[in-house]
Amino acid sequence: MVEISSEVESDICFITVKGDVDASSSIHLDQSINEATRQFKKILIDCQHLNYISSAGLGVFMSYINDLEEKGIKMILFNMSPKVHHVFEILGLDQLLKITGTEAEAKEIVNGV
Amino acid sequence: MYSHKISCKKEKLVEIRGFVHDVLKQMKLPDLEVNTMVLAVDEVCANLIIHSHQCNPKDHLELRITPSSKTVTFEIVDYGMGFNIDKYEEPKLHDIVKSRRKGGIGLMLVRRIMDKVEYIKGSNHNIYRLSKNL
Repeated sequence: MVEISSEVESDICFITVKGDVDASSSIHLDQSINEATRQFKKILIDCQHLNYISSAGLGVFMSYINDLEEKGIKMILFNMSPKVHHVFEILGLDQLLKITGTEAEAKEIVNGV
Repeated sequence: MYSHKISCKKEKLVEIRGFVHDVLKQMKLPDLEVNTMVLAVDEVCANLIIHSHQCNPKDHLELRITPSSKTVTFEIVDYGMGFNIDKYEEPKLHDIVKSRRKGGIGLMLVRRIMDKVEYIKGSNHNIYRLSKNL
Protein backbone atom coordinates (compact mmCIF):
# COMPACT_ATOMS: atom_id res chain seq x y z
CA MET A 1 0.00 0.00 0.00
CA VAL A 2 1.24 3.45 -0.86
CA GLU A 3 -0.12 6.84 0.09
CA ILE A 4 0.90 9.79 -2.03
CA SER A 5 -0.01 13.40 -1.42
CA SER A 6 1.00 16.60 -3.16
CA GLU A 7 1.04 20.18 -2.03
CA VAL A 8 2.30 23.41 -3.50
CA GLU A 9 4.55 25.94 -1.77
CA SER A 10 5.10 28.99 -3.98
CA ASP A 11 6.53 27.51 -7.20
CA ILE A 12 7.54 24.13 -5.73
CA CYS A 13 5.47 20.97 -5.87
CA PHE A 14 6.02 18.75 -2.82
CA ILE A 15 5.15 15.10 -3.21
CA THR A 16 5.09 12.93 -0.09
CA VAL A 17 5.37 9.17 -0.54
CA LYS A 18 4.39 6.87 2.32
CA GLY A 19 4.47 3.08 2.44
CA ASP A 20 5.55 0.55 -0.18
CA VAL A 21 6.05 1.31 -3.87
CA ASP A 22 5.94 -2.05 -5.64
CA ALA A 23 4.51 -3.60 -8.81
CA SER A 24 0.97 -3.15 -7.51
CA SER A 25 1.27 0.47 -6.37
CA SER A 26 3.88 2.15 -8.60
CA ILE A 27 1.16 3.44 -10.92
CA HIS A 28 0.09 5.92 -8.23
CA LEU A 29 3.62 7.32 -7.98
CA ASP A 30 3.73 7.58 -11.75
CA GLN A 31 0.46 9.50 -11.87
CA SER A 32 1.63 12.00 -9.24
CA ILE A 33 4.97 12.68 -10.89
CA ASN A 34 3.35 12.88 -14.30
CA GLU A 35 0.89 15.49 -13.05
CA ALA A 36 3.64 17.47 -11.32
CA THR A 37 5.90 17.55 -14.39
CA ARG A 38 3.06 19.04 -16.43
CA GLN A 39 2.71 22.03 -14.12
CA PHE A 40 5.96 22.61 -12.22
CA LYS A 41 9.65 23.15 -12.88
CA LYS A 42 10.56 22.38 -9.26
CA ILE A 43 9.52 19.09 -7.70
CA LEU A 44 10.60 17.84 -4.27
CA ILE A 45 9.80 14.29 -3.21
CA ASP A 46 9.76 13.54 0.52
CA CYS A 47 10.79 9.91 1.05
CA GLN A 48 10.89 9.92 4.85
CA HIS A 49 8.02 7.45 5.10
CA LEU A 50 8.88 5.51 1.97
CA ASN A 51 9.30 2.12 3.58
CA TYR A 52 10.09 0.01 0.51
CA ILE A 53 10.75 0.42 -3.20
CA SER A 54 11.08 -2.26 -5.86
CA SER A 55 12.15 -2.02 -9.50
CA ALA A 56 8.64 -0.89 -10.43
CA GLY A 57 9.15 2.27 -8.36
CA LEU A 58 12.74 2.79 -9.53
CA GLY A 59 11.46 2.39 -13.09
CA VAL A 60 8.98 5.22 -12.58
CA PHE A 61 11.76 7.61 -11.51
CA MET A 62 14.01 6.43 -14.33
CA SER A 63 11.34 6.99 -16.96
CA TYR A 64 11.29 10.72 -16.17
CA ILE A 65 15.06 11.36 -16.32
CA ASN A 66 14.96 12.38 -20.00
CA ASP A 67 11.81 14.44 -19.61
CA LEU A 68 13.30 16.36 -16.69
CA GLU A 69 16.36 17.23 -18.72
CA GLU A 70 14.43 18.19 -21.83
CA LYS A 71 11.91 20.34 -19.97
CA GLY A 72 14.42 21.86 -17.54
CA ILE A 73 12.61 20.46 -14.51
CA LYS A 74 14.47 20.00 -11.23
CA MET A 75 13.30 16.98 -9.26
CA ILE A 76 14.96 16.18 -5.93
CA LEU A 77 14.32 13.22 -3.64
CA PHE A 78 15.10 13.77 0.04
CA ASN A 79 14.79 12.25 3.54
CA MET A 80 15.42 8.74 2.25
CA SER A 81 16.14 5.95 4.74
CA PRO A 82 19.46 4.09 4.35
CA LYS A 83 17.72 0.86 3.27
CA VAL A 84 15.73 2.61 0.52
CA HIS A 85 18.80 4.61 -0.57
CA HIS A 86 20.71 1.36 -0.86
CA VAL A 87 18.18 0.07 -3.41
CA PHE A 88 18.89 3.13 -5.59
CA GLU A 89 22.62 2.46 -5.21
CA ILE A 90 22.52 -1.17 -6.38
CA LEU A 91 22.18 -0.15 -10.05
CA GLY A 92 23.75 3.29 -9.68
CA LEU A 93 20.46 5.17 -9.92
CA ASP A 94 21.60 7.40 -7.08
CA GLN A 95 23.99 8.90 -9.66
CA LEU A 96 21.30 9.45 -12.29
CA LEU A 97 18.75 11.05 -9.97
CA LYS A 98 19.21 13.92 -7.52
CA ILE A 99 18.97 12.63 -3.95
CA THR A 100 19.76 14.74 -0.88
CA GLY A 101 19.54 14.35 2.87
CA THR A 102 17.22 17.06 4.12
CA GLU A 103 14.37 19.20 2.90
CA ALA A 104 16.49 22.33 3.43
CA GLU A 105 19.24 20.94 1.16
CA ALA A 106 16.66 19.92 -1.42
CA LYS A 107 15.18 23.43 -1.41
CA GLU A 108 18.62 24.99 -1.80
CA ILE A 109 19.33 22.87 -4.85
CA VAL A 110 15.95 23.39 -6.44
CA ASN A 111 16.17 27.16 -5.90
CA GLY A 112 19.73 27.21 -7.21
CA VAL A 113 21.15 28.68 -3.99
CA MET B 1 12.61 -25.17 5.49
CA TYR B 2 9.93 -22.48 5.50
CA SER B 3 7.26 -22.32 2.83
CA HIS B 4 4.45 -20.04 1.81
CA LYS B 5 1.94 -20.17 -1.02
CA ILE B 6 0.25 -17.20 -2.66
CA SER B 7 -2.18 -16.71 -5.52
CA CYS B 8 -0.90 -14.81 -8.56
CA LYS B 9 -2.14 -11.35 -7.68
CA LYS B 10 0.15 -8.31 -7.48
CA GLU B 11 -1.56 -7.34 -4.23
CA LYS B 12 -0.11 -10.53 -2.71
CA LEU B 13 3.47 -9.28 -3.09
CA VAL B 14 3.26 -7.51 0.25
CA GLU B 15 2.42 -10.86 1.86
CA ILE B 16 5.45 -12.52 0.25
CA ARG B 17 7.68 -9.69 1.47
CA GLY B 18 6.35 -10.01 4.99
CA PHE B 19 7.01 -13.75 4.97
CA VAL B 20 10.61 -13.39 3.70
CA HIS B 21 11.27 -10.53 6.12
CA ASP B 22 10.04 -12.54 9.12
CA VAL B 23 12.13 -15.61 8.25
CA LEU B 24 15.30 -13.56 7.69
CA LYS B 25 14.82 -11.49 10.83
CA GLN B 26 14.79 -14.72 12.83
CA MET B 27 18.30 -15.31 11.48
CA LYS B 28 19.39 -11.99 13.00
CA LEU B 29 20.67 -10.62 9.70
CA PRO B 30 21.27 -6.86 9.30
CA ASP B 31 18.31 -4.78 8.07
CA LEU B 32 20.04 -3.73 4.86
CA GLU B 33 20.75 -7.32 3.90
CA VAL B 34 17.25 -8.46 4.82
CA ASN B 35 15.75 -5.70 2.68
CA THR B 36 17.80 -6.55 -0.40
CA MET B 37 16.93 -10.25 -0.19
CA VAL B 38 13.26 -9.37 0.29
CA LEU B 39 13.59 -7.19 -2.81
CA ALA B 40 15.14 -9.96 -4.94
CA VAL B 41 12.37 -12.42 -4.05
CA ASP B 42 9.73 -9.75 -4.64
CA GLU B 43 11.17 -9.04 -8.10
CA VAL B 44 11.09 -12.68 -9.22
CA CYS B 45 7.57 -13.18 -7.85
CA ALA B 46 6.33 -9.95 -9.49
CA ASN B 47 7.80 -11.04 -12.84
CA LEU B 48 6.16 -14.45 -12.62
CA ILE B 49 2.79 -13.09 -11.47
CA ILE B 50 2.68 -10.47 -14.24
CA HIS B 51 4.42 -12.15 -17.19
CA SER B 52 4.02 -15.91 -16.66
CA HIS B 53 0.58 -15.90 -15.02
CA GLN B 54 -0.95 -12.63 -16.30
CA CYS B 55 -2.14 -11.91 -12.74
CA ASN B 56 -4.51 -14.89 -12.80
CA PRO B 57 -5.59 -15.38 -9.14
CA LYS B 58 -6.37 -19.05 -9.83
CA ASP B 59 -2.65 -19.70 -10.36
CA HIS B 60 -0.26 -20.02 -7.44
CA LEU B 61 3.39 -19.54 -6.53
CA GLU B 62 5.08 -21.41 -3.75
CA LEU B 63 8.06 -19.91 -1.99
CA ARG B 64 10.48 -22.05 0.00
CA ILE B 65 13.27 -20.65 2.11
CA THR B 66 16.08 -22.88 3.33
CA PRO B 67 18.52 -21.16 5.65
CA SER B 68 21.88 -22.66 6.59
CA SER B 69 24.89 -21.28 8.42
CA LYS B 70 26.57 -20.17 5.17
CA THR B 71 23.75 -19.51 2.72
CA VAL B 72 20.08 -18.78 2.36
CA THR B 73 18.31 -20.47 -0.54
CA PHE B 74 15.02 -19.23 -1.91
CA GLU B 75 13.02 -21.39 -4.29
CA ILE B 76 10.00 -20.04 -6.09
CA VAL B 77 7.97 -22.82 -7.64
CA ASP B 78 5.25 -22.38 -10.23
CA TYR B 79 3.33 -24.44 -12.74
CA GLY B 80 3.06 -23.46 -16.37
CA MET B 81 5.27 -21.91 -18.98
CA GLY B 82 8.67 -21.33 -17.46
CA PHE B 83 11.00 -18.43 -17.91
CA ASN B 84 14.71 -19.10 -18.00
CA ILE B 85 15.84 -16.44 -15.63
CA ASP B 86 19.41 -17.65 -15.99
CA LYS B 87 19.50 -16.95 -19.73
CA TYR B 88 17.88 -13.54 -19.48
CA GLU B 89 19.86 -10.89 -21.35
CA GLU B 90 20.23 -7.68 -19.43
CA PRO B 91 19.29 -4.47 -21.15
CA LYS B 92 21.63 -1.50 -20.74
CA LEU B 93 20.55 0.99 -18.08
CA HIS B 94 21.30 3.85 -20.48
CA ASP B 95 18.94 2.37 -23.11
CA ILE B 96 16.13 2.02 -20.57
CA VAL B 97 16.53 5.65 -19.51
CA LYS B 98 16.63 6.78 -23.15
CA SER B 99 13.52 4.83 -24.09
CA ARG B 100 11.61 6.10 -21.00
CA ARG B 101 10.67 2.51 -20.20
CA LYS B 102 9.37 1.86 -16.71
CA GLY B 103 10.25 -1.81 -16.62
CA GLY B 104 13.25 -4.00 -17.27
CA ILE B 105 15.46 -3.60 -14.24
CA GLY B 106 13.91 -6.14 -11.85
CA LEU B 107 16.06 -9.06 -12.86
CA MET B 108 19.15 -6.84 -12.98
CA LEU B 109 18.57 -6.15 -9.30
CA VAL B 110 18.12 -9.86 -8.57
CA ARG B 111 21.47 -10.66 -10.19
CA ARG B 112 23.27 -7.91 -8.31
CA ILE B 113 21.79 -8.97 -4.97
CA MET B 114 22.03 -12.76 -5.16
CA ASP B 115 25.16 -14.86 -5.52
CA LYS B 116 23.53 -17.52 -7.67
CA VAL B 117 20.39 -17.46 -9.83
CA GLU B 118 19.19 -20.73 -11.34
CA TYR B 119 16.25 -21.96 -13.38
CA ILE B 120 15.26 -25.60 -13.06
CA LYS B 121 12.66 -27.02 -15.43
CA GLY B 122 10.65 -29.88 -13.92
CA SER B 123 8.21 -32.18 -15.71
CA ASN B 124 5.25 -29.89 -15.00
CA HIS B 125 6.70 -27.20 -12.80
CA ASN B 126 9.49 -24.63 -12.71
CA ILE B 127 11.88 -23.78 -9.94
CA TYR B 128 13.57 -20.39 -9.71
CA ARG B 129 16.37 -20.79 -7.20
CA LEU B 130 18.17 -17.82 -5.68
CA SER B 131 21.09 -18.31 -3.32
CA LYS B 132 22.77 -15.77 -1.12
CA ASN B 133 26.02 -16.38 0.71
CA LEU B 134 26.10 -15.05 4.24
